[in-house]
Amino acid sequence: MLTISNLHKTFNPGTINEKRALCGVDLTLEDGDFVTIIGGNGAGKSTLMNMIAGVFPPDCGQIIIDGDEVTRLPEYKRAKYLGRVFQDPMMGTCGDMWIEENLALAAKRGQSRGLGWSINKKNRAFFKEHVTQLGLGLENRLTTNVGLLSGGQRQALTLLMATLQSPKLLLLDEHTAALDPKTAATVLELTDKLVGENNLTTLMITHNMKDAIAHGNRLIMMHEGRIIYDVRGAEKKALTVDQLLAKFSEASGGHFANDRMMLSN
Amino acid sequence: MFTSFLNSMPGAVAQGIIWGIMAIGVYITYKILDVADLSVDGSFGTGGAVLVICMSNGIPVAPAMLIAFAAGCVAGFVTGIFHVHFGIPAILSGILTQLGLYSINLRILGGKANVGLNPRNYNLLLSLGNPVNAIIVGLVIVVILILLLYLFFGTNLGSALRATGNNQNMARANGINTNTAKILGLVISNGIVAFSGALLAQFQGYADINMGRGAIVIGLAAVIIGEVLFHKIFKNFALKLLGAIIGGIIYYLVITLVLSIKIPISDTFTIKLDANDLKLFTALVVAIFLGIPYWKKTISAKRIGTAPKYTAVSSTDSEKEGN
Repeated sequence: MLTISNLHKTFNPGTINEKRALCGVDLTLEDGDFVTIIGGNGAGKSTLMNMIAGVFPPDCGQIIIDGDEVTRLPEYKRAKYLGRVFQDPMMGTCGDMWIEENLALAAKRGQSRGLGWSINKKNRAFFKEHVTQLGLGLENRLTTNVGLLSGGQRQALTLLMATLQSPKLLLLDEHTAALDPKTAATVLELTDKLVGENNLTTLMITHNMKDAIAHGNRLIMMHEGRIIYDVRGAEKKALTVDQLLAKFSEASGGHFANDRMMLSN
Repeated sequence: MFTSFLNSMPGAVAQGIIWGIMAIGVYITYKILDVADLSVDGSFGTGGAVLVICMSNGIPVAPAMLIAFAAGCVAGFVTGIFHVHFGIPAILSGILTQLGLYSINLRILGGKANVGLNPRNYNLLLSLGNPVNAIIVGLVIVVILILLLYLFFGTNLGSALRATGNNQNMARANGINTNTAKILGLVISNGIVAFSGALLAQFQGYADINMGRGAIVIGLAAVIIGEVLFHKIFKNFALKLLGAIIGGIIYYLVITLVLSIKIPISDTFTIKLDANDLKLFTALVVAIFLGIPYWKKTISAKRIGTAPKYTAVSSTDSEKEGN
């Protein structure tokens, strides 16, 4: 479903702020893979995800989604393959637009937008049905501005929008990091449900090692722009947080440099 | 003093409506696209100049208005290209277009600073000589324009434009070409601005090279007055646009009132503002109305006292409201 080969990215090359964010990343995702990504600060997790999404181009390398080369495609053109949820709950929705208007925007992802009504009877019923499944009571507030929702509600809505028309690849960039623990758990549960129901190929960055182990069928650890550990199936299920920390020291020859990650375990 | 004010009221209302139409163009860029587009100072004059030259060359008023609208669209397109494809910040792109349009407008006017359009010789939509009729024509245009925009911003395309102004990241993540959306918004906005310039040229009976100077500030004044006064009751998009029209009318009524005021200081010295003082007055009015939401925020922040700073979500929300 996703093939990444030899991906490199250096920010601010040739300056004092030079930062090698990705140094030759190779990654292949099978259909239906749910991969969690962990790693310290500056490991390149978000850079990798942004590069898949087309936020900025790679220095070299290749990205293929579902058989189509997308390496040089602009962000908005890649959107037809991708569902995305961001860390900041503000980022995935339009706060000044209604819930159903946001859903209508998402429902048109990857299609041309003409002069047809964005909301009609048919898609309103469709939206209502899906929003009901969130179980947040938002189905009676379809004409409420999204800006009035809580962070957790916005994140749940973004997740629904990202999966509304099954994407080839779902990208979750620490999408529960800004939420309180209880809400984060609810959103993760919803993530599992939506990914499972639609059998979505998924990449999820998380700073919580327990979550990284508990969710998905495969785990990747990144360090200094490289994938240093890749584990799947039964072996992944059997992992513990201590083993992961040991793995990290072993592979990187140092300590885990992510305060949040240490604090949350 | 007040009789002179009352006498000039219908004219002020008509002029307020025309500038209110211009303010709707400003609303599209300033409120919907979240871009301060200064090209309108040029495209307003372009609209007036194109209409006067078209009509004096025998083109009837309706097609002349359409050509003026199209000329404005082209101006907006140029600003959009400067902004999106030259990577120039939106404000500077608008300033560049505005500057360039000064020369173009002079060319359109045949090198003259102003060209007249005698209402007796032409079949005009509206004219200073009959302000009540001008008000009626203006209101009909307002209703049609608001209806069209209301419908447009309810379509998939219009919705994409709103999303672009609201949250570019979200827009791109959902496959919206935000560059095209910005250009389209600037095109529509400047088209409307030029259209209102064409109305003003008919109303005053001439096009002037300086007629658009400060248009952006008047447009902002109308938008902001409308918003500050009506934001509690005008929630619907169509009503918000109507707010800009009412803002324009209020602005012109206040201007007319201010011009009719004479304050005797002594036997030999009387303070009386004239038309030359208007730009200063407008600038101050806009500064004050832009300041009101900000002051409201700082005052309420003081009242709450030491509000916790870690509620990042709600603080960004209130920042957004301040815009």
